[in-house]
Formats: sequence, C-alpha cells, structure tokens
Amino acid sequence: MCLAIPGKIVEMLPGDSAQALVEVLGVRRKVDLGLLEEADPGRVGDWVLIHVGFAMSKVSERHAMEQIRLLEALGETEAAAIELRQGLEAT
Amino acid sequence: MKYVDEFRRPELIGKAREEIRRLIDPSRHYRFMEVCGGHTHAIYRFGLKDLLPRNIELVHGPGCPVCVLPMGRIDDGLALARQPEVIFTAFGDMMRVPGTHGSPLEQKARGVDVRIVYSPADALKIAEANPDRHVLFFAIGFETTAPSTALTLKRARERGIGNFSVFCNHVTIIPAIRAILDSPDMRIDAFIGPGHVSTVIGCRPYEWIARNEKKPIVVSGFEPLDILQAVAMLLRQLRNGEAKVENQYGRVVPWEGNRSALKALAEVFELRPYFEWRGLGFISQSALRIRDEYAEWDAERRFTVPGVRVTDPKAAQCGEVLKGVLQPAQCKLFGKECTPEHPIGALMVSSEGSCAAYYTFEHRKAAVGAP
Repeated sequence: MCLAIPGKIVEMLPGDSAQALVEVLGVRRKVDLGLLEEADPGRVGDWVLIHVGFAMSKVSERHAMEQIRLLEALGETEAAAIELRQGLEAT
Repeated sequence: MKYVDEFRRPELIGKAREEIRRLIDPSRHYRFMEVCGGHTHAIYRFGLKDLLPRNIELVHGPGCPVCVLPMGRIDDGLALARQPEVIFTAFGDMMRVPGTHGSPLEQKARGVDVRIVYSPADALKIAEANPDRHVLFFAIGFETTAPSTALTLKRARERGIGNFSVFCNHVTIIPAIRAILDSPDMRIDAFIGPGHVSTVIGCRPYEWIARNEKKPIVVSGFEPLDILQAVAMLLRQLRNGEAKVENQYGRVVPWEGNRSALKALAEVFELRPYFEWRGLGFISQSALRIRDEYAEWDAERRFTVPGVRVTDPKAAQCGEVLKGVLQPAQCKLFGKECTPEHPIGALMVSSEGSCAAYYTFEHRKAAVGAP
C-alpha cells in the first residue's frame, strides 16, 4: 500500500475542490488533486503518482512507465486494479 | 536472481554490484535497515540478498503501517464497528489483521457492516450515500497516507457531511527510527530511507539521524537498481567516515517534501503525547490525532472507545522481528502456526510485512527446492 500507482489526468471535473478523472491501470476513477503543489496543480495530460485516491506528485511520462513496470514486476498491478475497482463499487 | 535478470538494465545492475564490491570492507559485518515495508517487499521479490556480499545484512524496519498497530487499537475499532448505526470502512490491507475476537473480515462474516475502501474519499462518498447511517473510516498509515485522510476531513467539513468520522491511527516515521536506535539490543550501521514517505516529509527530517546518531541515511527508490545504488552510497559514506543524508530517489522525492501535503497535515492533525506501537511499546510524539477544529469528525470523541490494551500472543515474536532483532524465520511460529493463510501476527498479513514477504518468496522457494 506504500507503492504509488501512476495515472494520467484525462478530465478536470467541475467544482472548486480539484477533482479530476484519472486513468489508472485501465480504470477511470475520480482522483483528488488537492495535495499537489499549489504552484503546479496538474492539468489534463499530466502524469501523477496516486496513493489511496489522491495525487501525491507529478512525474514525467517516462517515470510513470518505469513505475508501472516496477509494479508489474512486484506482482502488484493486479491487486491494485482490484482495489481500484472495489473503490468504485463501494460508492 | 530470476526476477532481476528479467528486469531492465542488467548492465547497470552489474556496475552497481561492482561498486559495492569495491567499497566494502570484507573484514567487517554491515547491518543496514530498510525502514519501509515497500523496500522489504522489493528486496524479497527481486532476490536482492543474493546480489549483495554476504557480510551485508539487510534488517527489516518498522515501516509497515498494518504491522506496527497494536491489537488493542484493532479491538477498539471493531468495538465501534459493532454499533448498529455504524458502517466500518478500512483499506483492504486491514481486513485480515487479527483482533482478539477475529479480524474485520471475520466480523463481517458475523453480520457487522464492514466495507473495504480504496481511499478515504470513498468512505466519505459512502457517508453521503447513506445519510441515516454513520460511516467510520479506520485510518492507518505513515506520512504517505495521512495527508489523504487530512484532505478527506477538510472535504467533509466543506461539504457539511456530519455522519462521517475517522478513527485515527496515523503514525510518524522519525520517532520510530529514534526508538529503534535507542533500543539496547539493536545495532544498525546505516539506513535505507523510505521512498514515498519522503515525497511528503522530504529529506530534512532525517538530518538529526546523521548528525546526532552518526548514521548515514540514503532515501531510495524501489527498483533493484535503486536499492543497490543506495547500498553503494551507504558503503561510500561509511568508508569515508561520513554520516549524512543523501537522496537517491531525486526523480520523485524533493528535498523539501510536498508543501501542500504538509500544510494539510498541520491543519487537521496534531501530535499525540504518546502512542503504542507493536513491538516498540509507547513512543512519545509518534502519532497524529485530530485537532479540536475537526472534533466533530473524530471517532474517538464521538464515541466511547474502550481503550483496550492487549498483549500479543506469547509465542509470537512480532516485536523482535519488527525491531530487526530476529529475522522472520527465527520466530517460533513462523511457517507453522503462523502463515499468510492463517496469520497470527500482523507481519504475516500485509504484503509489506516482512514475515509475509519472507514466506512468499524465500520459504516457499526453499520448500519446493528451487534455486
């Protein structure tokens, strides 16, 4: 649970509290961007590292790909995708 | 070994190993603690011990949030879960952690409304969808996770959601490292610093370890190459008689941390005077509680919490393993009474727990006779 999952911001959601749709491992879910640095808050097309539904930092596309490969090598992607879907079903 | 071969950049792995061989003093024994459970998992998964000289011992640290939680807190949370109006929510990692009267999952089988959430934000959504119920989020985690809980509480206040509360078990990493260094049965030469905790707190909080305890610390990423490079950096400091903080994971970890996340933490939480850790006992100023401004969303103030103190099963040696005094397989219950299928201690539950990682990647390998 301490490993972050990379995702790409695909749509900013209306409202004032920094919510966005992010594609994570083939799953689209709402992610809160409110913990990103205020000077660099995240835009459509940016890659972010996501931890428990919150974007924690922006990263380069290259690093995002490396991180996805690392999660695959650790055998974590499947578990992560299941968790993400559980999150969607819970709501 | 197999996994590292499959992994990318074998020539760089080779170079890092060469560097380690060049820097090491073959006449001494080194004990390096990896603080973070994510590193523990990666070290076993990639078989990194096989790539290091025999006189480097990697000791597993306290950085698995599920593992360090004392059983009493789980019992307290489950006591609140049994209130009829309550929907109990927690991360999947928590679900199989044993309490005195079973794990959250076993309580669910007995009819208690227990639900897995991926995010505290999902718990808040359940509260919005169920206005006649009370949704309690059982919060665990180090500084990586605590900002998400903080922001969720801010969102709850912004949106005026009153049927939601947090049972806060967030802990902080620096006091745990200090407690390990203070422990008389512990001898650590240097630390591999946690990767993602450091994206939030940055590298500066570790400077006291270097300065006061004269221990090198290198914040590291999670790839095999990252961890090998971190080991080489620690060896170089020790060879040069230095003790400083270095950042191997600069592509993700800013030296100053994440200011937005630190601000959210400071707004919502304050330090508890003390908190009990499994294996390490009570550590002063080592955990977070919810500030008065957010008292309405604090489960410990909305409900009467039993405040249970439970000692771990006598035969289990979770505490010694957690401190790095024993390796997982040296515990009397390891692989016998205590397995990932039937965990007795929390370290056998989470994939970041050193016992579960050791069991999955080392114990089974030995059992089937694979190389």
